Amino acid sequence: MPDQLLYAMEVALNGLMAGVMYSLVALGFVLIFKASGIFNYAQGVMALFAAMTLVGIQNGQVPFSHMINAALGTDIHHFGWSVPALAAIALTVVVMVGLAWAVNRFVFRHLVNQEPIILFMATIGLAYFLEGVADLMWGSEIKTLDVGLPQGINDWVDTATFDLFGYGFFIDNLDIVATVIAGLLVAGLVMFSQYTKQGRALRAVADDHQAALSVGISLNFIWVLVWSIAGFVALVAGIMWGAKSGVQFSLSLIALKALPVLMLGGFTSIPGAIVGGLIIGVGEKLFEFCFGNGQCFGGIIDLGGATETWFAYVLALGFLVFRPQGLFGEKIIERV
Amino acid sequence: MTKHRPLAAAALCAATLAGPAMAELVIPDLSYRTGPYAAGGIPFSDGYQDYFTLLNERDGGIGGEPIRLIECETGYNTEKGVECYESTKGEGALVYQPLSTGITYQLIPKTAADGIPLHTMGYGRTSASNGEVFNNVFNYPANYWDAASVAINHLLEQNGGSLEGKTIALLYHNSAYGKEPIRTLEELSEKHGFTLTTLAVEPPGQEQKSQWLQIRRERPDYVIMWGWGVMNQAAIQEAANVRYPMDQFIGNWWAGAEHDVAPAGAAADGYLSLNMNTINPEAPIFDEIRTNVIDKGKGAGDGSNVGNVLYTRGMYAAMLAAEAIAKAQEIHGVTEITAAQMRDGMEALEMTNARMEELGAPEIGPEFSISCQNHGGSGEGLVQRWNAADGVFEPVTGFIAPDNEVIDALIAEDSAAYAAESGIEPGCAE
Repeated sequence: MPDQLLYAMEVALNGLMAGVMYSLVALGFVLIFKASGIFNYAQGVMALFAAMTLVGIQNGQVPFSHMINAALGTDIHHFGWSVPALAAIALTVVVMVGLAWAVNRFVFRHLVNQEPIILFMATIGLAYFLEGVADLMWGSEIKTLDVGLPQGINDWVDTATFDLFGYGFFIDNLDIVATVIAGLLVAGLVMFSQYTKQGRALRAVADDHQAALSVGISLNFIWVLVWSIAGFVALVAGIMWGAKSGVQFSLSLIALKALPVLMLGGFTSIPGAIVGGLIIGVGEKLFEFCFGNGQCFGGIIDLGGATETWFAYVLALGFLVFRPQGLFGEKIIERV
Repeated sequence: MTKHRPLAAAALCAATLAGPAMAELVIPDLSYRTGPYAAGGIPFSDGYQDYFTLLNERDGGIGGEPIRLIECETGYNTEKGVECYESTKGEGALVYQPLSTGITYQLIPKTAADGIPLHTMGYGRTSASNGEVFNNVFNYPANYWDAASVAINHLLEQNGGSLEGKTIALLYHNSAYGKEPIRTLEELSEKHGFTLTTLAVEPPGQEQKSQWLQIRRERPDYVIMWGWGVMNQAAIQEAANVRYPMDQFIGNWWAGAEHDVAPAGAAADGYLSLNMNTINPEAPIFDEIRTNVIDKGKGAGDGSNVGNVLYTRGMYAAMLAAEAIAKAQEIHGVTEITAAQMRDGMEALEMTNARMEELGAPEIGPEFSISCQNHGGSGEGLVQRWNAADGVFEPVTGFIAPDNEVIDALIAEDSAAYAAESGIEPGCAE
């Protein structure tokens, strides 16, 4: 097999893996949009907040220690204990549920029936608020996230592909774990929405919240529930991305990677978030390989690299033109 | 008229009570403690501020004049940086250190018009080293092109003086900052016969899979990184993932701080980076800072950064500014100096080993002297290696000189182009 083809296969495989990482972020957007029609600008910051909270709890860090020390003249930073990873994850989920309750109690409960643009603006405010609170709670230094996830080249894939093609493919162990977790997450979400009472209530609210209210479904409860699930998804995304490059402010910018995925997959479809992520992941990586680095067609087009973000948005824009609701989104029909 | 009488009386009273205005040396600190680059901005700003606070606490300022620091948050955002400049320049600012190449490019014409010096230490516009074109800009002790050349000179030394047939990849932040060394490296590749590959990383740089797959395929002999922020941490982790040897991976001096290597843990052991100053947490100056600033609760931070890479660099930047202030006071025979006099002080700055030792920071930087023609210093840099077990960067080399034959020609060419497009008649400031 020609070398370039093998390289392209490796790139495509890694693109699929990268796409899963994008999907993890996109899922949080989809859940909230589907249930409440809110485009949650704060989803990326929620991932940052969740990851910072996880590391803070794990390391026994005292939240708001800088403020406490400044106000009381003390010098406390740590409780002196560390919390095992699983327990820290569980405690972080509790914090995210608390955040979901607070967001609904103090923000969205007061904005029921407002225009979507008002709700969107509220999430922008929420994003900046959360960003500041995360800084105050846990500090702005880069934190190392260690929940025992494997990283580095997968030797089995390397050896197997070498035996097969004479060239060993690189696949990151972390990406494999992310794929498995994303699969479980989607399966769990689908089962939850199909087979549980709360899940059916959530779907009812998503279809028509006024009709859902009329049959006794609590809108407040459903919104807290869906924001809690989105908080959990944000935690998963925060763990995966935080393990790659440390937990730091840039984590909130991963939302930018999710936007083209949403545009392509549709804002209301969980499978759309996954398929959209995969298409964006493979598309951007192959485009970078072929035209960003001039590796295809004798290098006739070499754009000098760094095309991935650009291409992802161009691809999404192309889909928007021909299918505005995205691949799996609900068709928008306005009757006059 | 009557209704204004109480106001006038209050104003008169306030003026009488205030007495004569106290002379101050105003130093704005355009810092970034928030945003994606805060991890680098915080220690630098802490070091910058703590040194001036030390001078206030220990010596009563410089030449008897107290220093007034004005911190302004830029978030590493060029627009905010310019706003910070505009809002602080009227306070009597003596020198700006924006710690951002983007902000620097915007401030170059503004500071020239306002007559305020700009110190861009190891960043900014490289050709600003030519003081005859950039009268108000100083980038000592070294600039980006020096850094690229120092890296190549180190590799030359490692390879018996020849890089013929070697391949070197430049992994760079796809921004004005990241593109700075390309021209120099192209010149050096022609001169030394190595093949240069450039790999752009889209900012902020969390996703670098494509670039590292290419590095894994092509296995360049060396990778030089021009990164900042999350790009550094992601790149070091990806290098470990594809098992690229850390001793063949060299970051520039903005890609070689403790927080850059920490997320990769033990896998980052042996990672190399350049530095424009030495790291010595045991230097007497840090004891002075701990005693006179941190322990008194007057530190800009909580003191946990004292002595680390970027804290040291920020402190060194403040030290160079303080030395220039003292020089300006000496030249003009006054203690309360103006921005124009500060410029003169910077242009007459001389850093010797004896002076650095006297300041409690022996050999913190190279020896250099500034002149009207040379605003860039000696251009020397060193190579340091990350020791993951001990959690410290250790020097691998002493200060290495750049290839001035190549650099000077590039600086002359670029500064001449700037002078032509800006209508500047090159010459020393009067």
